[in-house]
Amino acid sequence: MIEAVGLTKRYGDKTAVYNLSFQVRPGAVTGFLGPNGSGKSTTMRMILGLDNPTSGTVTIGGYPYRKLPNAPRQVGALLDAKAVHGGRHARNHLLCLAQLSGIPERRVDEVLGVVGLQDVAKKRSKGFSLGMGQRLGIAAALLGDPQVLLFDEPVNGLDPEGILWVRNLMKALASEGRTVFVSSHLMSEMALTADHLIVIGRGQLLADMSVKDFISANSADFARVRTPDTEPQLREKLTSALTEAGGQVLPEQDGALRVMGLPLPRISDLAHDADVRLWELSPHQASLEEAYMRMTQGAVDYRSSIDQRAGLQQPLPPGAQPPMPVPGQGQPGWYAPPPPQQGGQPFTPPQGAAPAGPYGGPAAPGPYAPGAPAGGPNPYATPGNQAPAAPAAESSPQPSAAPVAAPAQTAAPADLTKPEDAR
Amino acid sequence: MAAVQVIRSEWTKIRSVASTVWTLSLAVVVTVALGMLISALSRSQFDRMPARERLNFDPTVVSFAGMTLGQLAMIVFGVLVVSNEYSTGMIRTSLAAVPQRATFLFSKIAVAAALALAVGMATSFAAFFLGQSLLGSHRTEIGDPGVLRAVIGGGLYMTLIAMFSMGVASMLRSPMLSLGILMPFFFLISNILGNVDATKKIGRFLPDQAGSRIMQVVPRVDDDTPYGPWGGLGIMGLWVVAALTGGYILLKKRDA
Repeated sequence: MIEAVGLTKRYGDKTAVYNLSFQVRPGAVTGFLGPNGSGKSTTMRMILGLDNPTSGTVTIGGYPYRKLPNAPRQVGALLDAKAVHGGRHARNHLLCLAQLSGIPERRVDEVLGVVGLQDVAKKRSKGFSLGMGQRLGIAAALLGDPQVLLFDEPVNGLDPEGILWVRNLMKALASEGRTVFVSSHLMSEMALTADHLIVIGRGQLLADMSVKDFISANSADFARVRTPDTEPQLREKLTSALTEAGGQVLPEQDGALRVMGLPLPRISDLAHDADVRLWELSPHQASLEEAYMRMTQGAVDYRSSIDQRAGLQQPLPPGAQPPMPVPGQGQPGWYAPPPPQQGGQPFTPPQGAAPAGPYGGPAAPGPYAPGAPAGGPNPYATPGNQAPAAPAAESSPQPSAAPVAAPAQTAAPADLTKPEDAR
Repeated sequence: MAAVQVIRSEWTKIRSVASTVWTLSLAVVVTVALGMLISALSRSQFDRMPARERLNFDPTVVSFAGMTLGQLAMIVFGVLVVSNEYSTGMIRTSLAAVPQRATFLFSKIAVAAALALAVGMATSFAAFFLGQSLLGSHRTEIGDPGVLRAVIGGGLYMTLIAMFSMGVASMLRSPMLSLGILMPFFFLISNILGNVDATKKIGRFLPDQAGSRIMQVVPRVDDDTPYGPWGGLGIMGLWVVAALTGGYILLKKRDA
């Protein structure tokens, strides 16, 4: 059991982790997600007592790591696969770690077998591929047969066979009642491996819930409904019928309707009752990846530049949909999905954290905040703007209560280029 | 017992990298070979030396002449032993396994210092005997007063210089930075400060200037050094203690 309470880490005036509280329970694989630079590794280092928190505590089994009796037999960690002396044999690397923890030498050969490195045991780790390095790191974590395991990006550089192996290993370790805490940004992998998720963005907790809850809380499952294009009145009729039945109906750019809050059979029934023919009725389910992207958009520190992406989009004909990571985003009439509720805190930028940073400006309501007096140019304020918005200008689905200035700021430059695109 | 475990582990670490063998054997070869060369030259040049230099002629010091360069290899050894952990990132794994940072650092330094002592002693005795054998009639004997002290002191000097480098490296962490400061300092700056009249009074309290006093047997004419051979080695020891303490305090306080 790993427990963090109010964990905060500052490097100078940069806040890496802010007021993070969570628990990692035994018997389950807990995924630790967040964009690059969101504080995942810093948190892991604090758990291991390598970095001292500025404030707050983190304990393993009730002890801070540095006070944990026989720590290496209780906790195993893979922090950085490249953190080995390249001139040392794989076996010697593990041997010195084993001796450091008072682990008998035969265990070294055991774990080498477990991770499949027995044939290169006497090879210098300099020549190892990234995948072999990861296996060596995992072997080091398994040395003490610990009850608590931490893995920082364990599948980076592994081949499909290795990924499958890591996935099964994590699950097997958790099923033995161990605490397994895995950071990653491979969402599809986490969806298959993890039972529980802790999501952070820019050092703060965004969500702490099971994978299932996370997807349903952060994704807007919807149905796409299309009425015959030739008869627009049918569309109006269906919209009012569905709204009356309690559904949320949003028009899509191509004339289809996006219906939320009603199951597919019910939509069909309602359409039948209203005597409206349907050309399309399709379910759309969000994946963990989509749910994650929605949640963390506003919390991404490093993203590809707007100009570059806008430039790439220029050849697209007006009105065409650019490939988008999250369907619906950037289209006129796209609304923010429901904010994360259970377990997740509304995301507010830490006070005093990088005030001059691109996201740290005075909080202005996001473009989608209800009744928001748009402080800057709002790309979506004009209905009927057929220009495809740059995905980089996508607004964040932040809870309207605590929006970030980011969307307005990033949207502005993209918006300026848009009329040219449309021409 | 944690310290025993760390010592065993550090021994595995130190013997399983090539840099240990390279730096230490370089220290032996350079010190001994250069000492032999200078000894042979001194023997052939002795008659042409000015009287004052002949009076000051110290055969023990002559056979240790290679140490000026040999100590640089010892410095590299000391720096690499510590900073390897940082440059590879291994320090995180190590400290995760041994959260008691004092145990970790001092066990590491104990292992490396013991190895440096063994190599340093062997070097010192080899340099002395091989050097003396080339000095011919100007040679001295190990049994002469002060000579055994000087030869043992030579081994201790090499150990202390390696330990001082370990302390500096654990403060600075980067191998390049540590070597970039230590090498020119001990090869040039300290020698200049210790021999120029203006700075001599302070310069001779620098670690290598004070420590190398132990290798002198024949007292210099008009010598006004305020410390004796063991006093000098003691001053060097204080420098080592200071460097190691600094390294420990920083390791304890700093994020790994």
